This record gives sequence, C-alpha cells and structure tokens, in this order.
Amino acid sequence: MEIILFIITALIALASALMVITRKSPIASVLFLVLTFVCIAVLYVMLGAQFIAAMQIIVYAGAIMVLFLFVLMLLNLRGNQGWENISPARIGLGFAAAGLLLLVAVAWLKTAGSMEVAGLDPEMGTVSAFGDVLFQRFLLPFEIASVLLLGAIIGVVAMIKRKPLAELGEDKEGKVS
Amino acid sequence: MTLGPGWYLTLSALLFCIGIAGVLTRRNALIIFMSIELMLNAVNLSFVTFGRYLPDANGQVFVFFIMAVAAAEVAVGLAIIVTIFRHKESVDIDKVNLMKW
Repeated sequence: MEIILFIITALIALASALMVITRKSPIASVLFLVLTFVCIAVLYVMLGAQFIAAMQIIVYAGAIMVLFLFVLMLLNLRGNQGWENISPARIGLGFAAAGLLLLVAVAWLKTAGSMEVAGLDPEMGTVSAFGDVLFQRFLLPFEIASVLLLGAIIGVVAMIKRKPLAELGEDKEGKVS
Repeated sequence: MTLGPGWYLTLSALLFCIGIAGVLTRRNALIIFMSIELMLNAVNLSFVTFGRYLPDANGQVFVFFIMAVAAAEVAVGLAIIVTIFRHKESVDIDKVNLMKW
C-alpha cells in the first residue's frame, strides 16, 4: 500500500520536474514547481517528518514560489524564452552531463545498498522532538541563520533601490540646507 | 517488495539530475533559478531519508537550515535578476556578459 503511494507520488514529482525545465512560459514552470514541492511534502510525511512537510508547504510552496510569481509578473517578460533559440548542442550536452551524473549516483546507490534499516520512530518528526534538537544542539546555528536572513533583507533593499544610497543621503542634506 | 531508503535516494538523484539539466540547457535566468531550487529540494529529500532510516534527528534540522538559507538566497537572487532586467531589458543569461573580460 505504502509502495503504491510512493510510486504515484514519485511519478508525479518527476513528471512535473521535467515540465519545469521544458515549459516555454515561466509561469507554467513556477506552477509545476509548486506541484513538485507538494509531492515532496507528501514523501516527507511518509518518512515521518511531519514538521518538515509543513515547512515545505509553508516556506517553499507558499513564500518562495509566491516571490517567484511576483517577480515574474513584475518583469513582464516579452520575446522568446523557449527552446527554439537554444542550440541543439547545448540541449544535448546538458542532458548528457545530467545523465552521466545520474549514472554515477545510481552506481553509488548500488554499492551503498547494504545500509542497515531502522524502524520508523514516530516521535522523531514531531514539533517537540524537532524543537528539542534545534534549540539545544543547534542553538548557535539557529541564531546565525536569523542574522543571515536579516543580512539578506538589508542587501535586497539596498540592491533594489533605484538611487545609490550615497546619493540619497546627499539629497536629504541638500533639502535641509 | 518493501519501501527502503534506496527508493527515496533514487528519486532524489533523478530530481537532482533534472535540476542539473535545467541549469545547463535553459537560458532564462528565472528558470535556471527554479532548477537550483529543485536541486536543493532533491538534497533535502536525501537528508530526510537518511534521518529517517539511520535514525538520526539531525537530518531534519539540516533540512530546516537549508530552507532558511534557500529563502535568503531566493530573495537576493531575484533582486539581482530584477536589477539585471532594469539594465538589459532581458533575463537571458547569454546577454549578461558584463563580468566576462
């Protein structure tokens, strides 16, 4: 039963991932990427990681993909974004490189196939168990991540401003004097 | 046939390779960016799989941190793309050759 659910979810995830890189319209790509993320969230639940599955939906399928859609609609892209002006050599070499990497990965998986499998620990993915690990062993990285996010916000605002920050300061001084 | 770690890891490898193919073939910067997100998610799936089968709670915490870094990365990356679009009126990466020579 579980294996049927896995196969269906995995096939949807793979098909929509292929759609992401082959669609002409970036909007369609974003929507297929959301579908891929939802499928991965289903797999997280099957792996007993409920909290991570919720984070996947809220952060990835929610926040990050909305950001993508927002920028896409802001840019109002025109012109050819599709396959027709990509050279066949580029497509062939790109997929060949990806295929070679897949070959290496599968070969490694075969040698690593003798992994010892433990039973499912239903407590591991709950918010309380997750919080125990996060706020005890990983407290410092957690705080550093918050500084990283703050830095990203400030960096984005500085980058998007039309006028350089120095010019903006001069303007203010000019008005005062 | 039972569902083991190999199934999840194989799916993860496939998703990662689809992401690689997207990065190497597409020219639209936004779609390249989406392919990078796909690769990050494939790696997250590997982390959760190893965390579930070893079993080790650290795997899920790592996924949490990857999500935080990915959120920061997306914000900065999209800001760069918007800035490039303002200069070039295009998000085609072949036209962005400012830093070549």
